[in-house]
Amino acid sequence: MELFLQQILTGIANGAIYACLALAVVMIYQAIDHFNFAQGEMAMFSTYICWSMISIGIPYWIAFLLTIVVSFTAGIAIERIIFKPIHNAPVLSHIIVFIGLLAIFNSLAGAIWDHTIKTFPSPFPDGSFQGLIGMHEIGMFFVTLILLAGIFCFFRYTRVGMAMQAAAANPDSAALVGIRVGWMLALGWGLAAAIGAVAGMMIAPVVFLDPNMMLGILLYGFAAAIVGGITSPGGAVAGGFLVGIIENLAGTYIPAIGSELKLTVALVLIVTVLLFKPNGLFGKTIVTRV
Amino acid sequence: MTTDVEVKSDPRLTLGARINFRWVAVFIVLGAVLPFVVEGYTSFQMTLVMIYAIAILGLNLLTGFNGQFSLGHSAFYAIGAYTAAVLVYHLDFPVYITIPIGGVVCFVAGFLFGLPALRLEGLYLALATFALAVAIPQILKSSHLEDLTGGVQGLDIFRPDIPAVLVDNFDLTMDQWWYIITFVIMLLLFWVAWNLINSRSGRAMMAIRDNPIAAQSMGINSSLYKSLTFGVSAFYTGIAGALSAIVIEFVAPDSFTFQLSILLFIGLVVGGTGSIWGALFGGLFILMVPNIAEEVSTGLSYAVFGVILILVIYVMPSGFAGLINILKVRLRRIF
Amino acid sequence: MNNGKKFTLALAAVAAMGMAAGSAVADKKYGPGVTDTSIKIGNTNPYSGPAAAYGTIGKSIKAYFDKVNKEGGINGRMIEFVTLDDGYSPPKTKEQTRKLVEQDKVLLIFQGLGTPTNSAVHNYMNKKKVPQLFVATGATKWGQPDEFPWTMGWQPSYQTEGKLFGAYVMENVKDPKIGILYQNDDYGKDYVVGLKEKLGDKAGDIIVAEESYEVTDPTINSQIIALKNSGANVFFNVSTPKFAAQAIKKVRELDWNPVFLNNSVSNSVGSVYKPAGLDKSKGIVSLQYYRDITDPETQKTEPYKKWKAWMDEYYPDGDLINTFNAYGYLVAQTMVQVLEQAGDNLTRENVMKEAANLNLELDMLLPGVTIETSATDFYPIEKMMPVEFNGEKMVPLGGVVSAN
Repeated sequence: MELFLQQILTGIANGAIYACLALAVVMIYQAIDHFNFAQGEMAMFSTYICWSMISIGIPYWIAFLLTIVVSFTAGIAIERIIFKPIHNAPVLSHIIVFIGLLAIFNSLAGAIWDHTIKTFPSPFPDGSFQGLIGMHEIGMFFVTLILLAGIFCFFRYTRVGMAMQAAAANPDSAALVGIRVGWMLALGWGLAAAIGAVAGMMIAPVVFLDPNMMLGILLYGFAAAIVGGITSPGGAVAGGFLVGIIENLAGTYIPAIGSELKLTVALVLIVTVLLFKPNGLFGKTIVTRV
Repeated sequence: MTTDVEVKSDPRLTLGARINFRWVAVFIVLGAVLPFVVEGYTSFQMTLVMIYAIAILGLNLLTGFNGQFSLGHSAFYAIGAYTAAVLVYHLDFPVYITIPIGGVVCFVAGFLFGLPALRLEGLYLALATFALAVAIPQILKSSHLEDLTGGVQGLDIFRPDIPAVLVDNFDLTMDQWWYIITFVIMLLLFWVAWNLINSRSGRAMMAIRDNPIAAQSMGINSSLYKSLTFGVSAFYTGIAGALSAIVIEFVAPDSFTFQLSILLFIGLVVGGTGSIWGALFGGLFILMVPNIAEEVSTGLSYAVFGVILILVIYVMPSGFAGLINILKVRLRRIF
Repeated sequence: MNNGKKFTLALAAVAAMGMAAGSAVADKKYGPGVTDTSIKIGNTNPYSGPAAAYGTIGKSIKAYFDKVNKEGGINGRMIEFVTLDDGYSPPKTKEQTRKLVEQDKVLLIFQGLGTPTNSAVHNYMNKKKVPQLFVATGATKWGQPDEFPWTMGWQPSYQTEGKLFGAYVMENVKDPKIGILYQNDDYGKDYVVGLKEKLGDKAGDIIVAEESYEVTDPTINSQIIALKNSGANVFFNVSTPKFAAQAIKKVRELDWNPVFLNNSVSNSVGSVYKPAGLDKSKGIVSLQYYRDITDPETQKTEPYKKWKAWMDEYYPDGDLINTFNAYGYLVAQTMVQVLEQAGDNLTRENVMKEAANLNLELDMLLPGVTIETSATDFYPIEKMMPVEFNGEKMVPLGGVVSAN
């Protein structure tokens, strides 16, 4: 029983990691209707920037806030500078640019900060809760929920949030009612980058900071966002926890699989979920008019 | 309402275009002569380019012409490669036969995968195909299949001797021989693809891409076409995989990671989605550009590659084939 | 002079010229890539992609060769080191290696990195009779001079290390129950094979749990939980630095205190024990064969100061706490030794012969660890030193051991 409980808790802890990144994925999807491959690398890069600040003596929370601001600005800049010129290019070409950004951030981080792993401090106390789950992981769980609440309120209750959704869903109509579509896109990018930065700074204390930190996590975050429903921030978070738990339980309790095929099993389960609910567990079914 | 794949470019591009037979003839002549004027290593590289071109064409049939977004083609490439390797290594099959067998096995695999994938669109399909791409190396490495696949260490393949006739009369080297085999297979497959695109089936495929609802209302059996396209697409990529296993003489799970899927995807878009001959340029790009990036800076080669990718999209948003088409139109206006 | 004397003199002159010409020919024999002033050496390393962390080995090798060149080269010849990126992808390795051999015409390929990558060119190199020297992997198959006379490894093989750990357990742990965490690739699996071989038929009883992980896994916490729950009292950790640090943290978090065995790849104060927590890493047992440059004791020694001076001058961008940079230094020195021994006879055959004729001690290796090869022994390093980390530095546990 203790094993089961521990695996669930670790699954939730891992799930919090995936959920954090899944929120960034959802944010960018809401803004640009597509998935940004470079999200993980941008988050990693932001985390390194924070690490640099801390290592020259800036206190944690100030570095944290500064990093969020820097990432937000960088996100907006990337959209306005890199993506505006190719606005009318086919969608697949946009994806190539995402891949290009991924390559640039990954390589630059390795060149600037080296590949040796670095410790990243945690704002939460050290140690664990009854030997079952780490304090940082509990903290991360709550940060994820706070982020979720923030994003939910943003989209539901603020004018800007609704304007952004309108711009993504129907840019022409949105422009007609006076929404500055271009800046909504940029804002979406900025917010996604900021959320990604928070995700990175929460994840790094657990997995240690290195340029390839986000690679595996992004894939899980992507899967989590989709299984939860790419249109729903709450779904993405739920998806994250689900993926984390399923992966751990499958690895532990299905002996034929063991930990060798954990990833495969997790993905197979996700795809199976999608077959029954093609828009994710909590996603809206979009009805198209002919 | 279109699927995610919109080809915003010259419509002539999407119809396969009338083949200008003069250009094709020139290409065939140049291609046939190439291995005899360059060194063995360059022939080897060109063979790899052609193999990638075949794989990219496979992906193009699915994504470019049928609108189904796949991030998982490295899986079919791997299945084709391992089919060839396993048949040769364990069962002593003649190497040449393993190529079509690899293709057929992949056709079945692709079709079977395409069936449940029917329910998924766009991003969701992307995830499902991505799951496939990530699962395959894991499965290949697993201890359950280790005896068959050689596990992490992989399998070696030895190429059979070239028919004595050719060695005696033409002094043919192994590199030249396999270049020619690949060249012939590539021409054949390209020709088949062109015929497919310009047939009723091809138009049905593209109709499904451009407006799935309208297509279905017009009586096209969407499910059948989509699954079959998956199968054909996998067939092409499987043949490419089998060829690569033979030409490189080695397979290992690390050769078929998700990075390969991304590379094929890059080749697809840079070559030109919805263009058959663009696949050749795509293959050239994904083989050569990383080498070029490396010469610029060894430490930052990946970053240089990323910058080149972005610049390429700026210069040719519809890929190389798109650029050529735009130039053709402009030149026609001038003259 | 009479005719007889003239004839004898002429004969003697011809003979003398013949001998001079003959010995001149015997003095300098060059393979491809060699001139009077340079030797071209090829290498493939992952400078991009998920394995890019290993790329620093290639860079440190280049930096060492720069030093050798600045100090006059080897017997007057400068080393031209051509290193290409293969992204850890076997097809790319094949392509780049063929380029180096056929287009760049290097004398030999040195320190190609990775097992699947080297496997892809293993047959090619031996068929083409090009030395595949001192490959950067610990797989056992690189030491088979009968079947593959052109390939040689360098570091102690993973299986060797696994066997030594097995021996340690048998000697020092009463009633052992081993739980293993291993990376799901050739490196991880090879260690397990070595361990099991040493334990023999008792392996099934002693090893109570095996958990693997992928490099793309974010954490290995789930695996550690499963291992603790298996009732193991020995934890054998076969993982790379990042995961080793995670493992140490999690093991302590779970309040688990097994005999902690750590593979040499992750036995580093700076890359693993410090990030994980120095006090949490107390008591970890490992095997070492070269000095840990992040160990404060090592940093007081002369060999370290020499190494650091070299880093400062020739590889200032390199990380002083990355043990790969000491590894690169050592392999480069080994290569230089082989070339020096070959003298002016720089054919591929002779280079291979000298590589199989080494009896070398290098100062950054642990005292007692030697590099020895012979025509039948293609495993240069087979000795390691068991050490225990006491929270501050590595403490040797007895003397150097050998797998034989």
